Amino acid sequence: MWIRKLGGAALAAIGAIGMSTAAVAAEPVRIGAFLSATGPASFLGEPEKKTLEMYVERLNKDGGVLGRKIELVVYDDGGAPDKAATFAKRLIQNDGVDIIIGGSTTGTSMAAIKVVEPAGVPFISLAGGIDIIEPVKKWVFKTPHTDRMAAEKVFADMKKRGLTKIAMISEDAGFGKSGHAQSLKVAPSYGVEIVADETYSPKDPDVTAQLTKIKNTAGVQAVFNFGFGQGPAVVTKNYKQLGFSVPLYQSHGVASKDFIKLAGDAAEGVRLPAAGQVVAEQLPATDPQKPVVMAFKKDYETAFKSDVSTFAGHAYDGLQMALAAIKRANSTDKAKVRDEIEKTSGYVGTGGLVSMSADDHMGLTLSAFHMVEIQKGDWVLAD
Amino acid sequence: MFAEFLQYVFAGLTSGAIYALAGLGFAIIYNASHVINFAQGEFIMIGGMSTATMVAAGIPLPVAAAAAVLVTMLVGVALEKFAVEPAKGADVTAIVIITIGASIFLRGAAQVVWDKEFHALPAFSGETPIAVLGATLMPQSVWVVGVSMAVIALLWWFFNRTLFGKAMLATSFNRLAAQLVGIGVKKVLMVSFALSAMLGAVGGIVVTPITFTNYEAGIMLGLKGFSAAVLGGLGNGLGAIVGGLVVGIAEALASGYLSSAYKDAIAFVIILLVLFFMPSGLFGKKGTDRV
Repeated sequence: MWIRKLGGAALAAIGAIGMSTAAVAAEPVRIGAFLSATGPASFLGEPEKKTLEMYVERLNKDGGVLGRKIELVVYDDGGAPDKAATFAKRLIQNDGVDIIIGGSTTGTSMAAIKVVEPAGVPFISLAGGIDIIEPVKKWVFKTPHTDRMAAEKVFADMKKRGLTKIAMISEDAGFGKSGHAQSLKVAPSYGVEIVADETYSPKDPDVTAQLTKIKNTAGVQAVFNFGFGQGPAVVTKNYKQLGFSVPLYQSHGVASKDFIKLAGDAAEGVRLPAAGQVVAEQLPATDPQKPVVMAFKKDYETAFKSDVSTFAGHAYDGLQMALAAIKRANSTDKAKVRDEIEKTSGYVGTGGLVSMSADDHMGLTLSAFHMVEIQKGDWVLAD
Repeated sequence: MFAEFLQYVFAGLTSGAIYALAGLGFAIIYNASHVINFAQGEFIMIGGMSTATMVAAGIPLPVAAAAAVLVTMLVGVALEKFAVEPAKGADVTAIVIITIGASIFLRGAAQVVWDKEFHALPAFSGETPIAVLGATLMPQSVWVVGVSMAVIALLWWFFNRTLFGKAMLATSFNRLAAQLVGIGVKKVLMVSFALSAMLGAVGGIVVTPITFTNYEAGIMLGLKGFSAAVLGGLGNGLGAIVGGLVVGIAEALASGYLSSAYKDAIAFVIILLVLFFMPSGLFGKKGTDRV
C-alpha cells in the first residue's frame, strides 16, 4: 500500500518533469514586427504584413523551426516614427520577442534603432535608407537595396551609353530627397555631371515649368527623375508633352506595373533599375534568382489575388534570413542569432544575392539591380 | 524666350484651373452657411475614384461620370444630414471641426471601399499636345479650364436668376429673416452640400487624367483649393477662379525663373501679401456687414 503510494508519487513526479520539458520544447520562437500597414506608407507595410503572416502560418503547418512553433506579433505604426519606437519597446519588453523584422520606412526604422541597439535584439529593417546600416550598427541589418545603389546603377548605364551631362528632377520629400543627395554624391565617380537640378512636390499636378527649364539648359544628354507615387508618372507624361529627344531615367521607386499603368504611352523608352522580383518573368533561366522570385510571385499572387511587389519580397527575405540564422545558431540566443545573421552568405532572395559581413549589414551588390527599359507596356532587360 | 514664358503660363494654367475648381466648392457652402467644408477635397477624390474604377470596369466615361457625380452628391447629402445637421445651433467653428472629422472618415472609408493604389483615367480627347507659338498644352488642360468657366457661369445663373438660388443667398445674409419670409433654411444647407459635392465630383473627374487619384488625393486639392478660395475672397465664385489661377501661375513662374525649390513659398508669400492688404481677399465683400 505504502509502496504503491510511493510508486504513484514517483510516477507523478516523473510525469511532471516530462511535462515541464515538453513545455520548454513548446515555447515558441517569437518574431516581432512593426510595420506601416496603414497611413501614407501603407503600400509598403500592407504587403509586408501579409507576406509575414502567410509564411509564418505555412511554416507552422510544416512544424515550425527547431521543432518549435513560430509566434508572430505584428504592430501597425501607421508610418509614425514615434509609434514605431514605442512598438519596438513593447515588442522587446512585453512580448519578449527573439528577433524584430520591420520598419517599413527609413523614418520608422531609424526611430526603432534607438530602442533596439541598447536592448541588444537582432533587428532586420525593410526600409531603403542607407543611414540604417551606415555606419554599421551591431544589431541592425536590412534587406532592401539602397537609393545609392539605384543611383549608381543608373549612372553606370549612362556612362556605358556615353551620356555624361545630365539633368536631375527630384521629388522634394523623403525618398526623392535622399535619392537626390546620394546621386550628387556618387555622380562624379561615374564621370557624370549634373548640369540642371530641379525639384517638385510629391503631389504637384504639373511639372512642365521645371522640365522646360531643363530643356532650355544647354548640353543635357539625359534626365534622371528620383521619386515615387504619382510624381514620376506626371513627370513622364509632361516629358512626352514637351517632346524631349534625350532619354529619361527613373529610379527603382517606380519599378512596378502601376507606373506603366499610370504613365501609359509616355512610359515607352523610360529606363530604370529594377530588382529581380519585378522582372521575374524576363530573367533568363540560368539566373540563380529566377526560381526564388518565380516561386514567391506565385505564392503571393495565388494567396492575395494581387500583383506581387518588391516590398513584399523584402519581408520574405527578412523572414528567411532570420529563420536561417536561428537554425544555424540552433537556438534563439540573441547574440548567437545576431552573429549568424552577419554570417549570411550566398543567400538567394527576392532582392538578390546576399552576402553579409561585419562591415556590410545589407550584403547586396549592384548586380542585384537589373537595368530595364519599358517597351510596349512591359519591362525589357537592357543590361 | 517667349515660347519659354508661354510654357510656364500654360503649366500655371493647368495647375491653377485645378486649384480653382477645387476652390469653387468651398465658396458655395461658405455662402450658404459660413462654414468652411474641409471635406471638399474628399468630394473631389470620391468623384475621381468612382469614375476611374467604373471606367476601368468597362463602363463608358459619360455614364461613369454621371454615376460618380450622383454617388458624390449622395455622400454630400449624407454628410450634411448625419454630421452637420445634428449639430445645428452649434458654433460655426464646431461645424468646421466636424467637417475635418468627416474628411478623415471619408479618406478611411475610401481605403476600404477602393484601395491604396493610384488610379488613372484616360484623357477625354486624346494625349496629343496642342502646339501654340512654340509651347505645348495638353487637351485635358483645356477641358479643366473650360469646365471651370462653364461651372462659374452656371453658378452665376443659379444664384442670380433662380428663386432657389436667391433663397440660398438670402439665407447666407440673414438666416432668421430668410426663415421669416418662408425660406426653408434647412433645405438650403442640404442643397448647398449637394451642390458643392457635385462641383467637387465634376472637378475630380476632369482633373484625374492629369493628376491621377488615390484615397488621399483630396488633401492636396483641398488645401490648394482653400488657398485659392481665400485669396479670391471666400464665398465669391469668380474670386476662387482668379485665386486658383494666380496661385498656379505664380508657382509655375517661380519654378521657371527662380528655383523650383521656392515655388510653394512664393505662392504662400503672395497669399499672405494679398490678405495683409486686402483682408477679405481679391473679390471679397467688405466684412463689416456680417455682424
